[in-house]
Amino acid sequence: MARTLAEKIIARAAGQDAVTPGDIVTCAVDLAMMHDSGGPRRVAPILESLQAKVWDAGKIVVASDHYVPAVDAESAAILDLTRKWVADNGIPNFYDMQGICHVVVPEHGHLLPGMFVVGGDSHSPTGGAFGCFMFGVGATEMAGVLVTGETWIKVPETILVRWGGRLGRGLSAKDIMLFLCHRLGMGGAEYRVVQYAGDAVEGLPMAERMTLCNMAAELGAQTGIIAPDAVTADHIRTNGGDPGDVASWQGDADATFHAVHDFDAGTLAPQVAAPHSPANAAAVGDYENVAVNQAYIGACTGAKAVDLCMAAAVLKGNRVAAGVRLLVAPASTRTTAEAAADGTLATLTEAGAILMPSGCGACAGYGAGVLAENEACIASTARNFKGRMGAPSADVYLASPYTVAASAIRGRISDPRDFLEGRAP
Amino acid sequence: MSVATGRAWVFGDDIDTDVLAPGIYMKGPIEKMTPHCLEAVDPEFAAGVEAGDVVVAGRNFGMGSSREQAVLVLRHLGVAAVVARSFAGLFFRNALNLGLPALACAEAGRIGASHRVAVDAEAGDIQNLTTGGRYACEGIPEHLMEMVRDGGLVPHMAKRLGARSSRG
Ligand code: SF4
Repeated sequence: MARTLAEKIIARAAGQDAVTPGDIVTCAVDLAMMHDSGGPRRVAPILESLQAKVWDAGKIVVASDHYVPAVDAESAAILDLTRKWVADNGIPNFYDMQGICHVVVPEHGHLLPGMFVVGGDSHSPTGGAFGCFMFGVGATEMAGVLVTGETWIKVPETILVRWGGRLGRGLSAKDIMLFLCHRLGMGGAEYRVVQYAGDAVEGLPMAERMTLCNMAAELGAQTGIIAPDAVTADHIRTNGGDPGDVASWQGDADATFHAVHDFDAGTLAPQVAAPHSPANAAAVGDYENVAVNQAYIGACTGAKAVDLCMAAAVLKGNRVAAGVRLLVAPASTRTTAEAAADGTLATLTEAGAILMPSGCGACAGYGAGVLAENEACIASTARNFKGRMGAPSADVYLASPYTVAASAIRGRISDPRDFLEGRAP
Repeated sequence: MSVATGRAWVFGDDIDTDVLAPGIYMKGPIEKMTPHCLEAVDPEFAAGVEAGDVVVAGRNFGMGSSREQAVLVLRHLGVAAVVARSFAGLFFRNALNLGLPALACAEAGRIGASHRVAVDAEAGDIQNLTTGGRYACEGIPEHLMEMVRDGGLVPHMAKRLGARSSRG
């Protein structure tokens, strides 16, 4: 019987020839990823109570990204506990303040096609961009994985989302996802796998594919996934990994999908999601002229090197409006280095952007850059739930880095295409 | 685990983790949260629910964050099982990992508020004692049911590790 890519990965991890949606199987975990907030400080007490050791230190990767850099004694203590736990357990792959886990882990070639991976964070589906089956788990479950090296999964059905055509100038993966949040709804995927395909998706670089899979979380999906191709393999090789045989990690052409959705990337307009849900997305024109106090380019969803380039393309030769602050928190230290090397960073700072440390920052209100009562912010992050980025009365609008940058220039939500006309795409 | 018999508390679609475990009570102990569980949609629930009662809901029950408190708070209130048309993935996993049977049932909508129901999680069978109806659920396989019976993943592992070390 024909199988989807997700079904093939789960079957391999379960040691079975095949699995069928609805089956509940136990899978060997190839990699377990944790961060400082949900990781060691939560799993250590459980492991202690069980007097158990980690099953395989080499298959655990830890990144401190939520409480970095420490802003008070409490966050410093969390980072300290994380470092000590990593050392005590002999975890070789630890990225301390190197950037956001979802970005740093693939930067080091840890995610490979066909892997079955768990992450202690709800945006773990990001790894699906590499042809992994990667999903988020709670702390109890992570503790179980750390002890046994395995976990169970109810095999999900797959929804195929195809984007034909080509994204226009000033459009990005973020616009695709905000559109899908509105179209399918926050629970629209109902525990299924969202597999992205089509010409527009195949034409995207890895960083943009990661954004598609990252925000599968906002659709209520178990995970997102994209079949690996030459772009995937090249990227993994560049980052020191061995992609293996990507051709063996493809779904069957006649596999059964729960649903197939077809969209045309060529007709998509820049999207903006109004407070307090990504599902409140509409074309940028619907929100044009909403005044903002802050523009934020950050998070695993919206501050990778390509995201900074998008912002720079709009900001080049322009200035951030008086009274507006544009904060840029590159997703990783490597992102910062790349953006410094190619001049992107200079373009941003010349336009008036304020450079922030790499990490989760203001995205979930952990770090610097949070909002005051009644302020409005436009952000390249994934979620705009009430109170997430600071004061509960603050309004957060979600958009692509292009749209965030354009809005920073005008001080009100603006269509980035106004700043890109006539420029090379 | 025997058959749970209790009263049904019926909710709609998309019950989220903030409604189950409101964010403002996340820092405190679970006892501070229990009176507020589901209060935004049914202010009578937390005070009225009794040990053995069953929460019945529509689609996408438990959507939102990965917070395990959304499960713990129901267990703390004595809820014996959750029966829903469908579950959000993280909630479903957290529920079984924390020892709360979560049963997906296409006919959950036939159960009305305050109906008395008998839920046999092992057999995947629900009897509506008020109407005489009988509904099949998606079964929970034996090895996961064993974990649920032990009270969740941590006590289950403690048992397994204990058995291993006593075998030497
Ligand atoms: S950047 Fe935001 S969405 Fe991404 S892992 Fe950090 S808190 Fe979560």
